[in-house]
Amino acid sequence: MARVRLLFAKMGRSKYLSHLDLMRTFQRVFIRAGVPLHHTEGFNPHPYLSFALPLSVGVESVTELLDAELSCSEDLSALPMRLNQQMPEGIRVLEAYEPATKFAALAWVAVEGYLDYDAGVPAESLTALSSLFASKELVITKKTKKGMAEVNIIPAIGDISFEDTGDGRVLLRAVIAAQNPSLNPEHLITAIKTHRPDLTPDFAAFKRLAVYDGAKAVFH
Amino acid sequence: MNRQLERILKTVQKPARYTGGEYGAIMKDKERVQTRVALCFPDTYEIGMSNLGMRILYAVANKMDGVWCERVFAPWGDMEEAMEKAGLPLFALESGDPVGSFDIIAFSLGYELAYTNVLNMLRLAGLPLRRADRPGLSPLVIAGGTCCYNPEPMADFIDLFIIGEGETVNGEVIEAYGRAKKDGLTKQAFLALAAKIPGVYVPSLYDVAYGGDGTISAITPCGGAPLPVVKRIVENLDDAYFPAETIVPSTEIVHDRVVLELFRGCIRGCRFCQAGYVYRPVRARAPDKLTKMGIEGLEKSGYEEITLSSLSTSDYKELETLCDGLLSWCEPRKASLSLPSLRADNFSMELMRKAQKVRKSGLTFAPEAGSQRLRDAINKNVTEEALLQTCRIAFAGGWNSVKLYFMLGLPTETDADVVAIAELAHKVLGIWKQHAANKSRGVRLTVSTSCFVPKAHTPFQWAGQVTMAEYERRVALLRDAMRARAIVYNWHDAKTSLIEAVLARGDRRIGAVLAHVVQNGGRLDAWEEYFSFERWQKAFEATGLDPAFYANRERLYGEVLPWHVTSAGVGEAFLYGEYEKALRAELSPDCRTACTACGASSLTGGRCDG
Ligand code: SF4
Repeated sequence: MARVRLLFAKMGRSKYLSHLDLMRTFQRVFIRAGVPLHHTEGFNPHPYLSFALPLSVGVESVTELLDAELSCSEDLSALPMRLNQQMPEGIRVLEAYEPATKFAALAWVAVEGYLDYDAGVPAESLTALSSLFASKELVITKKTKKGMAEVNIIPAIGDISFEDTGDGRVLLRAVIAAQNPSLNPEHLITAIKTHRPDLTPDFAAFKRLAVYDGAKAVFH
Repeated sequence: MNRQLERILKTVQKPARYTGGEYGAIMKDKERVQTRVALCFPDTYEIGMSNLGMRILYAVANKMDGVWCERVFAPWGDMEEAMEKAGLPLFALESGDPVGSFDIIAFSLGYELAYTNVLNMLRLAGLPLRRADRPGLSPLVIAGGTCCYNPEPMADFIDLFIIGEGETVNGEVIEAYGRAKKDGLTKQAFLALAAKIPGVYVPSLYDVAYGGDGTISAITPCGGAPLPVVKRIVENLDDAYFPAETIVPSTEIVHDRVVLELFRGCIRGCRFCQAGYVYRPVRARAPDKLTKMGIEGLEKSGYEEITLSSLSTSDYKELETLCDGLLSWCEPRKASLSLPSLRADNFSMELMRKAQKVRKSGLTFAPEAGSQRLRDAINKNVTEEALLQTCRIAFAGGWNSVKLYFMLGLPTETDADVVAIAELAHKVLGIWKQHAANKSRGVRLTVSTSCFVPKAHTPFQWAGQVTMAEYERRVALLRDAMRARAIVYNWHDAKTSLIEAVLARGDRRIGAVLAHVVQNGGRLDAWEEYFSFERWQKAFEATGLDPAFYANRERLYGEVLPWHVTSAGVGEAFLYGEYEKALRAELSPDCRTACTACGASSLTGGRCDG
C-alpha cells in the first residue's frame, strides 16, 4: 500500500465533469493504466480516492489535487505519463508525489475569471468593481446547508483585482477562501449582481490557478 | 469549445452529456476525411451510449479510411430550448460541428416511440423533415435498427433504410456514397445504385397503392429494386467486430459496463416477440473467444462490471464454462459479472450465486401470461412448476424480492387468463411463506402488466390489439383479484401502447401523423413527461387517419401488409401456421429440440446453431 498525491489539470470539455464523474473517471483510468488501487476491506470494498477541494461544474483548474492509495508502490516519475495515456480529453496529471501535508491545511484558492460584457465593458466599471469589493461588508444571499442565508463574503476574499482585456471582457483575479466555509467564485458575480446590477456581466467563466495554505504559500 | 455553447451549458442539467471528449472518442482531422457520418441515436446520451449497436457501428465506420463517424444524441428539453433560443443547431459531440453539414446522417431506430425524436432532431439540425424536400445528395439521411423491419411509417423522411445487421451493409453504403460524392452523382442516381446493395431499402423506389377499404392494394418496385428486401446478417458471429476499445463515458449512463454479446437470434420462438423472429437464425460465438473478448473489454475500458447479453442468455450452450472463465479473471480484480436475462425454467442458483455475488436485491421473471393455456398459446415455454421451483430456491437462498412481468391483451386471452395472473402471484407469495430463509425482512412481490403490441414479422402480426378501454377493464379485473398487501401491482399506460401499435404496423400514410406531432412540439415521446396523447389524437384527426385501423384491426391472411417490403427470412406461411397454432394453444418446439423450418436458415446456407 502506498499513498500518492496527484496534481492535475481539468481543462476544456472536462470542466463539465461533476465530482462523481471525476471519481468514476479516475477509478477507470487507474485500471486501464494497470495501476491497481488499494481497496478498503468490508462489505462493499471500494478504492480510496480523495479529491482536495470540490470544483464546481464549469470551472477549469490547473491545480487539482487527488490522494490515492495504490496497492503497490510505483515509479512515481513515470506515473503521470502512464495515467495521461488513459485520460479523457482535458484532464492531465502534472505531478505525482508522496504527500507530506493534509488537505485540511488548505486555506486559499487563487482564481481568475473572464467577465463578458456583450455591449462592451461599461465605463468606469473597473474602479466601480474595485471599490465594491473594497467595502467592509458585502452581503449576498447564498445557499447553505440550512437553506438560503445572508452572508458577508468580504472575510472570504483575500485579494481581488480587475483588468480590462480590451475585447469586451474584464479579467478578474482573486484569492478566495478554500474551505470552512469556502467561497465559490460564482459568488463574486452574485455580489456584483446584487449590489451593482448595472455591472452584471453577460457571462463569466472561471479557472482555478493555485491553492495555498494559511500563510498563502503554495500548497503541495 | 465555443463560447455560445459554454453559455448554454451553464444553464442546463447534466452538461457533460453534451460535450464529448470522453476516453475512446475518435477524433480525426476533418480536412483529411472524405465522408463525414453523424451517427444519431434518437434518445438521450444516457440511453444511446448504453446501446451496444451504437458502439459497434461507431467503431466499424471509424475504421474506414477517409471516414469520420461522430455521435449525436437527442437533447433533453432544457437543452433543446436553450439551443433554439441561442440559434444553435444540433451538433455532433466529437467536432461540435452542425449535423446539417454532414454527408450522411444515420439514425438507429430501436423503438417506435423514438420516431418523433428522429424528426425533431432533423428539425433541430435545420433540415427539412421529408426526403422529397432534401433534393441534394448531401446530407443523406439513413436509418437502421430493429424498427426498420417495418420501415413504412418513416418512409417519407428517410432516404435509405438498412435492413438487418448493420456491420457489413453500413460500410458498403458509406463506400458507395463516397464514390457517388466524388463522381458528382445526383441523389437519385446514387439511390438507384444503393438499392442494388443487398439489405438496402430505398423507399422512393416503391409505389404503394391503396384500395377502397384502406388496405394496401399493391406495392410496386421501380427500376429493378428488390421486393422484398431481404435482411443482411453476419453469418459467423466470431468474425463480427467486438468493440473492445470503446468509448468510456465519463458521466453516468444507464448501462455503464462491458456488454458481451454471446449470440444473436433466439431458439425459443415466443410468438409475441419480434426480436425472436427477426434475428433468426441463432448464431453463437465460441466460449474461448468470448472469454478473451470479455477480459479485453474490461482491461481496455477500466469498467468493473461485465454483463452477458443476448435474447435468452441462459440458452447459451457453454454458459457455465464462459462464466467460470470470466469469473477467474474478475474475482481477484473485484470486477463483477451480471446475467440480465435468465429464464425461469433453466435458472441455476449456482450460476446466480456466482454471477450476482451478494446482490440479493431482486429477481425478475417474465412469464408474460398467467395461465398455462395462454403461455402455450404464445409459446412461452415456462411452466408454473418451474417458476415456483425457482422462487422456492431463491427465497430459501435469501432473496426476498421478485418482479413478475405480464402482458394483457394477448390473442385469445380470456378473463380467466387475466385472473390467473393474480393466482400465480398469490402462489409465489405462498412459496415465500413456506420457504423464506428470513421472514422478518418481509417480501416484495411486484407484478407489472403492459398492453400487448402486435409486431411485424411475428405470428401475431395479423392480430388486433385490444382497445384501450378493454385493456383498462382487464387491468381493473386484475387489480380487484390481487388482494395481498405484499403484492404491488403496476400497469403500463394504455395510451403509449396504442401509439406504439399504430407505429409498429403503420403504412406510409402514418408519416403525416408523425410530421404533425413533431410540428406541434412532439418529441421524447418515450418519456412520460413529454408524451402527450392529446397531441397524437389531434394529429390523427388532422390527417384523417384512424388509429384503430392500424392498432385494433384484425388482418386477414393474404392482405398486403406494409412491411412486405422487407423480409427477415422467416416465411409468411410459417408465421401464419404459428398464429393458427396459437389460436389452438398448441406449442412449437424450440430450434434446439426440433427445427420447425421457419426459413431463416436460408440466410446462412442452411446452418442454424440451435
Ligand atoms: S430454420 Fe429451424 S433451427 Fe433455424 S431458426 Fe428456423 S426453426 Fe430455428
